[in-house]
Amino acid sequence: MAQQLAAKEPTVDQIADQKIYKQFGVSDSEFELICGFLGRKPNYTEIGVFSVMWSEHCAYKNSKPLLRRFPTTGPRVLMGPGEGAGIVDIGDNQAVVFKIESHNHPSAVEPYQGAATGVGGIIRDIFSMGARPVALLNSLRFGKLDNERVRYLFSHVVAGIAGYGNCIGIPTVAGEVMFDEAYEGNPLVNAMCVGLIDHDKIQRGVAKGVGNPVFYVGPATGRDGIHGATFASEDLTAESEAKRSAVQVGDPFMEKLVMEATLELIDSGIVLGIQDMGAAGLTCSSAEMASKAGNGMELYLDEVPQREEGMTAYEMMLSESQERMLFVTEPQHEEQAKAIFERWGLHCAKVGKVTDDGRLRLFHKGEQVADMPVKALVDDCPVYNKPSKVPEYYLKNESVDTNAYEEVTDLTGALKKVLGSPSLASKEWVYSQYDYQVRTSTAVVPGSDAAVVAIRGTRKALAMTTDCNGRYVYLDPEIGGKIAVAEAARNIVCSGGEPLAITDNLNFGSPEKPEVFWQMEKAVDGMAEACRLLDTPVIGGNVSLYNENVKGAIYPTPVVGMVGLVQDLDHITTQEFKAEGDVIFLLGETKAEIGGSEFQYAVHGVTEGRPPEIDLALEQRVQQAVLGAIRQGLVASAHDLSEGGLAAALAECCFGRGLGATVEWTPNLRPDLALFSESQSRILLSAKPDKADALASFLAGRGVPAARLGTARGDRLTITVGGRTAVDATVEELSKEWKEAIPCRMK
Amino acid sequence: MKFAVLVFPGSNCDLDMYHAVEDTVQQPVDYVWHTATDLSAYDAILVPGGFSYGDYLRCGAIAQFAPVMEEVRKAAEAGKFVLGVCNGFQILTEAGLLPGALIRNNSLKFRCHPVDLVVENNKTAFTNDYAPGETVRIPIAHGEGNYYVDEQTLLTLKANNQIVFRYAGENPNGSTDNIAGVSNERGNVVGMMPHPERAVKELLGSKDGARMFTSVLNAFLSRVNSGAVHGAQAQSERV
Repeated sequence: MAQQLAAKEPTVDQIADQKIYKQFGVSDSEFELICGFLGRKPNYTEIGVFSVMWSEHCAYKNSKPLLRRFPTTGPRVLMGPGEGAGIVDIGDNQAVVFKIESHNHPSAVEPYQGAATGVGGIIRDIFSMGARPVALLNSLRFGKLDNERVRYLFSHVVAGIAGYGNCIGIPTVAGEVMFDEAYEGNPLVNAMCVGLIDHDKIQRGVAKGVGNPVFYVGPATGRDGIHGATFASEDLTAESEAKRSAVQVGDPFMEKLVMEATLELIDSGIVLGIQDMGAAGLTCSSAEMASKAGNGMELYLDEVPQREEGMTAYEMMLSESQERMLFVTEPQHEEQAKAIFERWGLHCAKVGKVTDDGRLRLFHKGEQVADMPVKALVDDCPVYNKPSKVPEYYLKNESVDTNAYEEVTDLTGALKKVLGSPSLASKEWVYSQYDYQVRTSTAVVPGSDAAVVAIRGTRKALAMTTDCNGRYVYLDPEIGGKIAVAEAARNIVCSGGEPLAITDNLNFGSPEKPEVFWQMEKAVDGMAEACRLLDTPVIGGNVSLYNENVKGAIYPTPVVGMVGLVQDLDHITTQEFKAEGDVIFLLGETKAEIGGSEFQYAVHGVTEGRPPEIDLALEQRVQQAVLGAIRQGLVASAHDLSEGGLAAALAECCFGRGLGATVEWTPNLRPDLALFSESQSRILLSAKPDKADALASFLAGRGVPAARLGTARGDRLTITVGGRTAVDATVEELSKEWKEAIPCRMK
Repeated sequence: MKFAVLVFPGSNCDLDMYHAVEDTVQQPVDYVWHTATDLSAYDAILVPGGFSYGDYLRCGAIAQFAPVMEEVRKAAEAGKFVLGVCNGFQILTEAGLLPGALIRNNSLKFRCHPVDLVVENNKTAFTNDYAPGETVRIPIAHGEGNYYVDEQTLLTLKANNQIVFRYAGENPNGSTDNIAGVSNERGNVVGMMPHPERAVKELLGSKDGARMFTSVLNAFLSRVNSGAVHGAQAQSERV
C-alpha cells in the first residue's frame, strides 16, 4: 500500500527536472534556495512543506517590508504581531485579545464552508492564547446584488458565519457589508474575534523543553484543505472551482468542545506552549512552535489521528482539517491532559517530541520521510521588494472635477436613493441571522457605530468595530488608509470608548502588478500615520493578496478592526435621537467632497475624482472632545458621519426611535454637494436642551467647530439648506427605503 | 432554593442561565454535567439553550438520551420545577416531558431579535409573577423554533391551559397558533423558544424575563410554606 501510494508521488529528480515545484507556487530561485538549505534536492513531502511555509499567506514574503512600517508598540500593548493574536492591557489584570483574518479565496468557491471555517480559524487564534472569546465581527464585500451569483455568495457567506458563530456560542456583534462591482467574483470575507484574558494566563505557541512530548488534539486529519495556504496566494481563475478540495469543512460543535477543553487545560497550568493548526495545518504549527523556542521537533505521523485510509506524509502535513490544536507539556502531565480532553469526549494523541537540533523531522511507517531546518522554513523565506508604479487611473482622476456635476435638485429623492443603496441600507437581513446576544453581555447590538460588550463583574465594556471604504482607498490609497483608521476610531469614540489598538486585514490584488503594490505601499503609509497620531498601534493582522479575477483586481481594501475601552457603562452612547426637543450639533467642517461617495455612486453612477481629505490633527481634536463630552454626561446621542454624508447620518439618527428632526443649515455650498459630502472628522451629537449650552462651550473650548443644526422632534426629517427646504419626508418613508433595500433584492 | 443548570456538550446558554439566576433571585446555582445521575439536591432544573451534541440528527434528539435526563424525568414527576429554553425546550419535547415538536423556522433562516410575547397562562411555576394577558419583550435566537402540534393535541393544550406564551406580533417562525411556550399539565415543567435569561436587566435591552426566575422562587417558597405566599412576601424571605 505504502509503495503503491509512494509510486504516485513524483521522485526527487522529477520534482527538480520537471519543475513540479512551480505548481506549488515555488519559483526557480526559491527552489535553488531550498536545495541550498537542505544540501540536496527536496522530496515531495519537503517541497510541499516548504511551499506552504513560503507562501504569502504564511511568510508575508511580499508584504513584510510594508508591515514593518506599522507602529506596533505602546504602553498598553502586552503582545504585538507574531503570535496567534495581539493583546492589549485594559487594567485590573485584564487584557483584551483580538485579531482579524481573511477567508476570501475559499469563500469565493464554497461560500458557506469558506466563511464558516474563517470564523472557526479566528476563534482558535484567540483561545489558543488562553483567552475566552467574547465577540465576533466581520467585514464583507460583494459585487452588486442584481447578479444571481453574487446573491448566492452573499446569502451563503452570511449563513456560514451564522452557522459557525451561533453554534459555538460566541455573539456576532458587529460588522460591515458593502456591495460594488469591484468585488464581483472575488468577495471579501474577513472575520475578527475578540477575547478576554487575565494577564497571568497568556499563552504562547512555543515548543519549550527538549524531550517534552508534543500532543495533537481535535478531530482526525483528512484530506481536506490540502494546499489551502497556497491556494489563498494565487489569483482566482476558472480552475479555482476545481480546487474546491482545498476548501476545508467546519464543525463548530467540535470546536466548541476543543475550545472548552483547551481553556480548561490552560487553566490547569500544565501547558508549556500551544498553537492552533490553521493555515498549513500541522506544518505551520509544528515549525513555528519549534522556531519560537529555538528548538527542533520530531513528528511521528503514524500517531496522527487519521480520518481517511492510506494518507501520505505529504497529505497529513498539508491538510487543513479544522478544529485541531498542537500543544507541549511535560511528560508527567500527560495523564492529566488526557483526562481533561476525555471529559469533553476528545482524544489527544502524542505525535512528537521537542528536540535540540533545530530540525523538523518527520517519521512515517518506520522511515524518516523529511528532514528540514526549522529556521529555513520559518525565517528564511526570501522577502521581495516589489516594483511599484503610480497607476494611470490615479493620474486621470486628479483632473476630474466632481463639483462640476449638474446640480441634483430633488434631494429627498436623492436621499432615498442613497439610503436604499445596499452598502448603506439597513443590514438587519444579515445580523438577524447572527446570534448577537449569547453570553448576555451585548450592551449595544449590531446596527450602531460600534458594538459594545460589557465585561461582567466590572463597570467596564469593550467597544468594537470594523471599517474600510475601499472606494476612497482606490481613489487615493494613502488618504483612504488614513480614513479607514480614523473612521474606526471615530466609531469607537461615538460609542463612548477610548480607541486602544487595531488589527488589520490587508486585502489587495496581485502584488506582482506594480500598480497594486503601489496601492499597498501607500495605504500602509496612510494607515501607519493615522495609527501613530491616534495612538492605536497595530497588534496583529492578516494579508490577503491576489484578490483578482478575470475582470481585474478588487478595490484595495485594508480593513481595520478596532477595539476601544469604555471606562464605565454609563458612558455607553448610541446614535439614535433620544427625546423630543434634544438639540442637534454638527461637529467638524463640511467641504464639497463627493469623490468616492455613496451619493456619487448611487446617484451619478460613478466612482471617480479625489476622495475626501483628512486632517488627522482635527480628527484627533474632534474625537477627544466628543469622548470628553460623553464622559461628562453632556451627550444624548453621537453618530459619526460617513457614507451618505450629513443627510444619511441625520436619517439614521431618526430611525432608532422613529423620532424626526428639524434642521436648518447654512453651509455656503451647493445643497446637493453639502448634504452628501463625505468630508471627514465630522460627528453628529444631540444633547438635552438643558445641557446644550454646556456642550457648545465644552466643544468651543477644545477648538472643535460645532454648528447648532436644530432639534429632534416630530415624525418628519426636514432639512433646510441656505433657507430653502432641501429634504422633507416622514421618518417612516425614509426608513422603508433603508430597511427594505436588501430584503427586496434577496427575495 | 437551589438551581441546577444542565450542561450538555454544545450547550452555550448555560452561562447566561447561571448568571440570570445570580442576577435575579440570588439563590445558589450549580452547573450540572450531562452525565450526572443524582439531581436530588436541586429544587429547579434549568435546561439551557445552545446546540447540544451539535444538533446533529435533530435538535435535542441525542441529548434526551444523556444520563441526566432520566433524573430530569424523575424530578418532573416529583413535581420539581423544570424550565427548558430554546435548545432546552427542544430537548424537553424530545424527551416527552412536553408535548409537540420544534421544526425549522418557516423562513428557513436563523432569527435573532426581540419579540413581544403575550402571557397566556400566569398560573405556572414560572409565570406567576406576570399578569394574565400582559405583553412582555424577550428576545429569540433560533433556527428551529417552529412549534408543531397536531390539531387534537392543540385542543388538549387549550383545554388544559398549557399554552404559556404566544407571539404577540408577527409570528417569527411559523409556530402553530403563534405558540412560543407551553407547560405540562401540572404546570411545573415549562418550555419556550424565547430567552428570558437574556432579558434580565436594562443593559440587555429588557428585564421582562427576570420575572420567570422570581416566579419560580415564589412557587418554591409557597410550597415550602405550604400556603399562598405571594411576590412581596416572598421577596422579604429571600436568602
